Amino acid sequence: MKETKIKINNLSVFFNYTQALNNVSLDVFNNKVTTLIGPSGCGKTSLLRTLNRMNELIGGFKIKGHVFIDDVDIYEKNIDVVNLRKLVGMVFQKSNLFPKSIYENLIFAPTINGIKNKTELNEIIEKACIQAAIWNEVKDRLTENAYNLSSGQQQRLCIARVLTAKPDILLMDEPASALDPISTNKIEELIYDLKEKYTIIVVTHNMQQAARISDYIAFLYMGQLIEYDKTSKIFTNPANKQTEDYITGRFG
Amino acid sequence: MTYNSSKILLTKNKSLKDYIKENFGIIILRMLTWIVVLIFLFIIVIIFYNGSDVITWRFLLNPPSGDPQKDGIGIAIIGTLAVSFLMILLAVPIGILSAIYIVEYAENDRLKKIIRISINNLAGVPSIVFGLFGLGFFVLVVGKNIDTALSTGLLFGKPSLLWASATLAILVLPTIIVSTMESLERIPAEQRNAAYGLGASKWQVIRKIVFPQARPGILTGVILAISRGAGEAAPVLFLGCAFFLPHLPLTYLNVGFFSIPIINPAEQFMFLAYNVFNLATQSPNPEITLPYQYGTVLILISLVLIFNITAVIFRYKFRKILDEVTTF
Repeated sequence: MKETKIKINNLSVFFNYTQALNNVSLDVFNNKVTTLIGPSGCGKTSLLRTLNRMNELIGGFKIKGHVFIDDVDIYEKNIDVVNLRKLVGMVFQKSNLFPKSIYENLIFAPTINGIKNKTELNEIIEKACIQAAIWNEVKDRLTENAYNLSSGQQQRLCIARVLTAKPDILLMDEPASALDPISTNKIEELIYDLKEKYTIIVVTHNMQQAARISDYIAFLYMGQLIEYDKTSKIFTNPANKQTEDYITGRFG
Repeated sequence: MTYNSSKILLTKNKSLKDYIKENFGIIILRMLTWIVVLIFLFIIVIIFYNGSDVITWRFLLNPPSGDPQKDGIGIAIIGTLAVSFLMILLAVPIGILSAIYIVEYAENDRLKKIIRISINNLAGVPSIVFGLFGLGFFVLVVGKNIDTALSTGLLFGKPSLLWASATLAILVLPTIIVSTMESLERIPAEQRNAAYGLGASKWQVIRKIVFPQARPGILTGVILAISRGAGEAAPVLFLGCAFFLPHLPLTYLNVGFFSIPIINPAEQFMFLAYNVFNLATQSPNPEITLPYQYGTVLILISLVLIFNITAVIFRYKFRKILDEVTTF
């Protein structure tokens, strides 16, 4: 059964005087992987960052329309942005671990939530790392500098770190674009496993990757949602000529 | 092709003239840099050469008596330490907090610009102006009003160690603010985003991610501030810096059964930099006092150097802790 997790209604986003998104409406379904594709500057990242209100950190941000998560309008006045960002975790393009030990990276989110008990912290960390399929690689070196890990491991540690905040939704902004094929493969498998528990939205430039990992694909172009459908439909029989051109590599 | 390029690569036909032409700039730069180093060494050597003879325990510890040959600078050393300490105590919190506000919180770009310009101008104000400002503002306005309000007689409304430290604190504030701002701005946006993305509030991001990484840079600013403040004579001129104090301005702090002697911040004090000025200009026979001037300067420089080395060690320790987790 598919339930709507995120409902985006007539969303337009502006940065100062440029419009990044124009009247986008789409429903993201629970426990599915939705991929946002489109050429650079089409608004994929802006859309992604609208979902956890990270855009607000950039000056001149304005929004029209509504974003509902579990039927709650996240742009309403009484929404606690900090709690929203715990609920909607985000993985960035480049791994952005803190220059601290692996352990300190992992306990950051739980401790800012006020968890101090060591056993409880360790449980959270272990669970998150197992989910992110990195536990075996880091369990013996938790006190080591996080930057000693390989870049692929770093990115998976980033995912584990996000999971320690116990989110419902995972946003991933080109999570594998800076990685080698083997690490990319690991991340993709991870995404596949994680969708059992989380609703995942991924931005990617890689068509094959989009085909491999996603259940739904949204194609954006110049701030507009051109097409949004099941992955199989988009890749076999796209309704729109532009979509077809893009996924077959004729432009973009 | 291969033949041609290897021919070019292997040809060494540079004449001496070409070499000089190419390296002329570098040679000039290198020379100028060494001139700076030499000037510094020259100053140190001259001071050491002329001053080291008078450094005895008597000179370091004795109170002044009016006779330069029997005088000591112990009270001035302690005064300098006390003023520097109080100055840092006042300037560091204000400096760091305002830098955090400017970098992290101030949103209006025009306001930020105005603040930056003010800070830069504050750094450019001559130090004697700070002295007059301290007298006019701290002593005659703030101190007098506190005295009236608390009816403490003449406790705050006179030149004293407290107001001298406060004036020096304002003098070194730009140094601390600018270095703190620079170190805060250096922390990459990705680090902040990561923390925000994990649901950290702004204050948590600053306290747990930004500030710990900025600490070595901030410490550098504090070192510079101490060195600057401890060496200034002009600002303390009107602010209770004594020509001559036969004993330490002590007061007793009662904690339970103990009575702890501390420097009384409401009293006058002696200051090394001002002492040099006195020996040089106020003495009837500057010839006799000359070695003592050098001696005092040597002690002042050594003090500042000790401050610096301590801070460098501190910073090194911070860096080491940071390096353990930042080495790639």
